[in-house]
Formats: sequence, C-alpha cells, structure tokens
Amino acid sequence: MVTISINDETRQFPQPVNLDDVLQDYRAHNPDLAFAIAVNGEFVPRTQYANVQLQDGDTLDIVNPVGGG
Amino acid sequence: MSNTNIQSADTLTLYGESFSSRLLLGTALYSSPQAMLESIQSSRCEIVTLGLRRQNPKDRDGAQIWDAIKSTGCRLLPNTAGCKTVKEAVNLAEMSREIFSTSWIKLEVIGDDYNLQPDPFGLVEAAEELIKRGFKVLPYCTDDLVLCQKLLKVGCEVLMPWGSPIGTGQGLLNKYNLRTLRERLPNIPLIVDAGIGAPSQACEAMEMGFDAVLLNTAVAKAQQPALMAQAFGNAIDAGRAAYIAGLMQKRQTASPSTPVIGQPFWHQRRHDKQDQQ
Repeated sequence: MVTISINDETRQFPQPVNLDDVLQDYRAHNPDLAFAIAVNGEFVPRTQYANVQLQDGDTLDIVNPVGGG
Repeated sequence: MSNTNIQSADTLTLYGESFSSRLLLGTALYSSPQAMLESIQSSRCEIVTLGLRRQNPKDRDGAQIWDAIKSTGCRLLPNTAGCKTVKEAVNLAEMSREIFSTSWIKLEVIGDDYNLQPDPFGLVEAAEELIKRGFKVLPYCTDDLVLCQKLLKVGCEVLMPWGSPIGTGQGLLNKYNLRTLRERLPNIPLIVDAGIGAPSQACEAMEMGFDAVLLNTAVAKAQQPALMAQAFGNAIDAGRAAYIAGLMQKRQTASPSTPVIGQPFWHQRRHDKQDQQ
C-alpha cells in the first residue's frame, strides 16, 4: 500500500500512482480552479505532471491563488 | 510645463514598466471581493499583491478573490508570504510564476514569528537564486543599508524596506535608517512596504523621497475600505508632489512670513518697550 499526503490529508493507493492521475480527480472536481504543485516541497511544472510517479511517503502540495499583502 | 504636466510625467518605473500610481495595494483581509474591488478602484493603484495557499476546494472564497483580482487588470505582484527558508521561497515563487504568468515576485523570507522580520541572510540567498532563474525580485527587507546593498549586488533592481512590522500600523519606526537608504541609494526605486497605518504616514514616506508605498491592512480593515483607499491615494500624491516641490529646511528660530516693513503701530510698540525700561 502506498500512502501519500495531499495538503496534509492522507490518501492510500494500492501501488505507486502517477501525479497526473491524482490530479485528474482534483481537476474534475475543481475545473475552474487555478493551481500549482509541489512534491516533497519541490515545484513540479505542469508540463512534468505525467512524468512524476508518487511513491510511498511522498507529500503533495496543491496551492491556489488567495488575497495577499 | 504646468504642475499637472509635471505630475503626469512623473511615473514610477519598476523593472522597465511605468506606472502613474505610486500606491501598491494588497488584496488580503477584505470583508468581501466587492470591498476589495471598490478599494482598488478608489485607490487608483495599478499594482496589487496576492498570494498562494493550500485551500479546501469546497471553499470558493479564493476562487472568487482570484476572479475579482483578474478583472481589475492591475499588474500582479505575487508574494512568498509565510516562507521561512530559501527553499520554500524559491519553490513558492516558481509556483506563482506558473499560475500568474509573471516573473515578478515580492520575495519574503521571514526570520522571526514575533515581528515577522525578514531573514536578511535567507533573503539575499533566495534573491540571488531567483534572479538566476529569471525572476524580477522585489524583496521585502528591513531598513538595513548593508542588507539593501547586498540585495542590489545580487541583482535586485527594486527594494522594499519595511516601515514597521507587518500589520502593526506603526508607520515609519526608524526614520534615520530610512533616510540613510534614500541618501545612499538615490537612483534605486525604494518602496516602503509594511507597517503603514495612516495616510499621514504614507505621505511622510513620500515626502522623504521614497518612490512608492505598499500597504494592505490599513485599507482592508478600515470601517470604509474604499474611502480609506482613496485617502491613501491622495496622501501619496500629496507627499510625492511635496517631495518634487522641495520641502523647506527646518529652523530653530521663528521667522515672520508677513513682511515687517510697513507694519502699523511699529513705533508705538518701540515706545512701549522704552517706557517699560
């Protein structure tokens, strides 16, 4: 079993999972939401999503625009 | 050239882009996206700051704010607020560049939770790395001259020294340091960022020769944000005009502004004085 943390929420998958596959679910539920990704604290450009395989213990951060000072 | 023409020709230039407004406004803390939009409009600002955060997808506030910000057409200045390490700041800047399609970044590397003081060492390191990656870095820094010189050395073309800690509204706490920055860095755009609580404080920064002011809380938390935004816009215009016009030197002794010659009762008062002796 592969455990991945997504914005501090734990999710489990039967085997290593492709980042693009994980994000398809996110996109389906938030079609109009701009976002960017970091895996284990490292930015992943959107052109690279399909090339990233998430392993057990990986941390995924999904961020969106907010008001800021 | 008329006064109006002098002021309209007096543009703020940052990284090769020119702006007629010298107020940069934050987009956080407003009671609603509408309040934010009204404030941006009444302030006449042309640059707004914004950020990135993890959000619960069910919380649509972020999406509404982002849609509202886009609708203003203002230049976007994303920040790295909350970052405490170089790695965090660099990665958040990269995420910002992808989402907002801009290489401009307000670089924050915070060194202490009590006063949210920038970490000067991390700031220089992060600025150098981001400039290597093609970013146009506007660092939120302290008013330390040597830090500012080091930020310029690694390639920053704009500096944003604090007036006082973020959200305190205490204004310009160390005027000696701020004046020193202005004196020593006469050709560098300097934006007072953070701690401005009242239009008079923003006006004072502009009178001192600072190029612009960045603020958020003082407008967003006003009872009438749009009115306060207008007040800040006017104060910044006034301060800038005063700086261009040239402030008088302070003097120790009084000096009458109305001519003394021709004053009536002059001799009468001299006789009175002699009588007292």
